[in-house]
Amino acid sequence: MRFSNTLRVALRALMRNTMRSMLTALGMIIGVGAVITMVSIGNGAKVQVEAQVASLGQNLITVMPGSFSSGGMRGGFGSATTLTPEDADAIAAEVPNIDGLSPEVRDRTQVLANGLNWSTNVNGVGPDYPYVRNWPLASGAMFTDQDVKSLAKVAVIGKTVADQLFPNEDPIGQTIRIRNLPFRIVGLLTPKGFSVFGSDEDDTVIIPYSSHMRRVSRRTNISMIRIQAASPEKIDTVKLGVEDLLTQRRRGREPDFTVRTQEELATAATQANKTMTGLLAGIAGVSLIVGGIGIMNIMLVSVTERTREIGIRLAIGAHSGDVLTQFLIEAILLSSLGGIIGVAAGVGASQFISNYNGWPVVVPTVWIFISVAGSAFVGILSGFYPAYKAAQLDPIDALRYE
Amino acid sequence: MPPVVQIKDIHKIYDSGEIPVHAVRGVSLDIHKGEFVALMGASGSGKSTLMNMLGCLDRPTKGTYLLDGIDIDKLDRNELADLRNQKLGFVFQGFNLLSRTTALENVELPMLYGRHRKVSTAEIRERAMHCLDIVGLSQRFDHFPNQLSGGQQQRVAIARGLVNSPQVLLADEPTGNLDSKTSVEVMGVFQKLNEQGITIVMVTHELDIAHYCKRNLILRDGVVVRDEAVKDRLIAEQEMGKLKQAEAAAKLTAAPAA
Ligand SMILES: Nc1ncnc2c1ncn2[C@@H]1O[C@H](COP(=O)(O)OP(=O)(O)OP(=O)(O)O)[C@@H](O)[C@H]1O
Ligand SMILES: [Mg+2]
Repeated sequence: MRFSNTLRVALRALMRNTMRSMLTALGMIIGVGAVITMVSIGNGAKVQVEAQVASLGQNLITVMPGSFSSGGMRGGFGSATTLTPEDADAIAAEVPNIDGLSPEVRDRTQVLANGLNWSTNVNGVGPDYPYVRNWPLASGAMFTDQDVKSLAKVAVIGKTVADQLFPNEDPIGQTIRIRNLPFRIVGLLTPKGFSVFGSDEDDTVIIPYSSHMRRVSRRTNISMIRIQAASPEKIDTVKLGVEDLLTQRRRGREPDFTVRTQEELATAATQANKTMTGLLAGIAGVSLIVGGIGIMNIMLVSVTERTREIGIRLAIGAHSGDVLTQFLIEAILLSSLGGIIGVAAGVGASQFISNYNGWPVVVPTVWIFISVAGSAFVGILSGFYPAYKAAQLDPIDALRYE
Repeated sequence: MPPVVQIKDIHKIYDSGEIPVHAVRGVSLDIHKGEFVALMGASGSGKSTLMNMLGCLDRPTKGTYLLDGIDIDKLDRNELADLRNQKLGFVFQGFNLLSRTTALENVELPMLYGRHRKVSTAEIRERAMHCLDIVGLSQRFDHFPNQLSGGQQQRVAIARGLVNSPQVLLADEPTGNLDSKTSVEVMGVFQKLNEQGITIVMVTHELDIAHYCKRNLILRDGVVVRDEAVKDRLIAEQEMGKLKQAEAAAKLTAAPAA
């Protein structure tokens, strides 16, 4: 029999039992829909994290105090207190292929201005900071090397701080009090949004790190150094150079710093996300298997129920192969139809979640193909045994079947 | 010209149950092209068993069967299926139409499996319509079996048996479920087909139905006990005329009384 005829026969058989066919396909629809939705949510989260990591800056290398084991972050990470501004100066002076570098001292404190107060992140940084972080100013200008040297009381503020303290006026030129010291606002950063870790990046005030260490926090060490390599190819060279230099400066003491590239940071950030996506997709996959078992069940019932029909077909000249393909095609049609509707349902559900929950949802095109092909494959798997059983029937026995 | 059906000493033993049943015990038979054979016998005498073997649906336990010169013992499952499809038409005891499938689609079915022809859908449709026309059902082509009377269903089954232009049409009790008038109608279809050269073998319980055929075989306990030509053969067309007259007469006499 020609394939088009087999296809027609299988379609007719499915249409004779529309309700049952729909219910059988429903198992597949839910399975595939769940897979698509889960993968879309996971993928959306991944894309967001990647975007946030990219927003940290370009070709970025960070130096942190404390040791770092390749298996993950250790408890003491960042707690060592031995990274100094001199380390930063030495790196800037001696390691080649560096485009920009900024030490950073972090603190969180109350700031006052305009009769209002606000608790925010007050960070001491270098003049290269906006460049290294790829974070331009909206207005005003960044403080200079001169300001760093002279421990100038100047500040650049983020959008959130500006909104909180200067709701109705231009903050440039105004004074902000940090630990009761007046700082003149010289610049306003562009809005950046939320960080990888979910905190508001715009809730910040930056001042020269020297002023921060000597006037505000009275610390002798810095929290981190951000370095921008000249090009992506130079990242590893710069990283090695920094490590060598700092080790040398420690003169045989246990290394108490960690140098990480942006890529390593991104890997750490996406790892948890990947695990979660895998877990969700796995659970959704189980429902696909359940859908497949549903199809096998119905096909088995269908073969028993249609024994006479099979007998008639065999009696008037159907080959075993014709009967096998007919039932196999029925199963594949059921499952891939379910798969296609499932993809549509999954995409719809993803959109719904994205609209109503505000989660970033990205439907990956490959998964649409994987789902449809996968559901057809489930159809072949679950349809084969019933189809084989039907094909092996003896025509005369099948005709006599009551 | 060699016989279309040539069987030599065939036996069928069913040994599925506790005691083996010897249903056909050595039947030899030659049926030539153009014959019209009625197979008769008591219930359980082995008529259906013999028919199933003639129809290549079942294999004899012993003996040889040549259909159109081909030894069916040498054919595998699929070759047998092709043989049934190309050379035989089978009208089953109890119609065996596909339910929820229109009359036309039922008739088309054997052509969907016709291996040696590359026939277009339109041609298949046309040929099926032609066969429905032969049995006088072309205007009901889109009816489902459950919308047709028993006689109409039987005629759809006959049309299906005809659609691949078989050499032999086998019918197991084609009039078994029908009233006498419809039976005569069906026999009329058979006689017309037989005149066109199709060999027909049919099973019947009814002696008067057997009289429409050309040759009568009587089976008892799996053996042919009588094989004779029909002398005073009935012609369906004439009998139909008589029946109609009788009906009309019944109405005439019944009308004034009412
Ligand atoms: N599949 C089977 N298994 C075992 N015995 C069977 C089988 N089919 C038929 N028989 C037996 O073979 C014998 C012949 O049966 P068959 O059906 O050929 O009779 P028949 O002449 O067609 O009867 P009827 O006129 O009632 O249709 C019977 O005794 C029956 O019980
Ligand atoms: Mg019988």
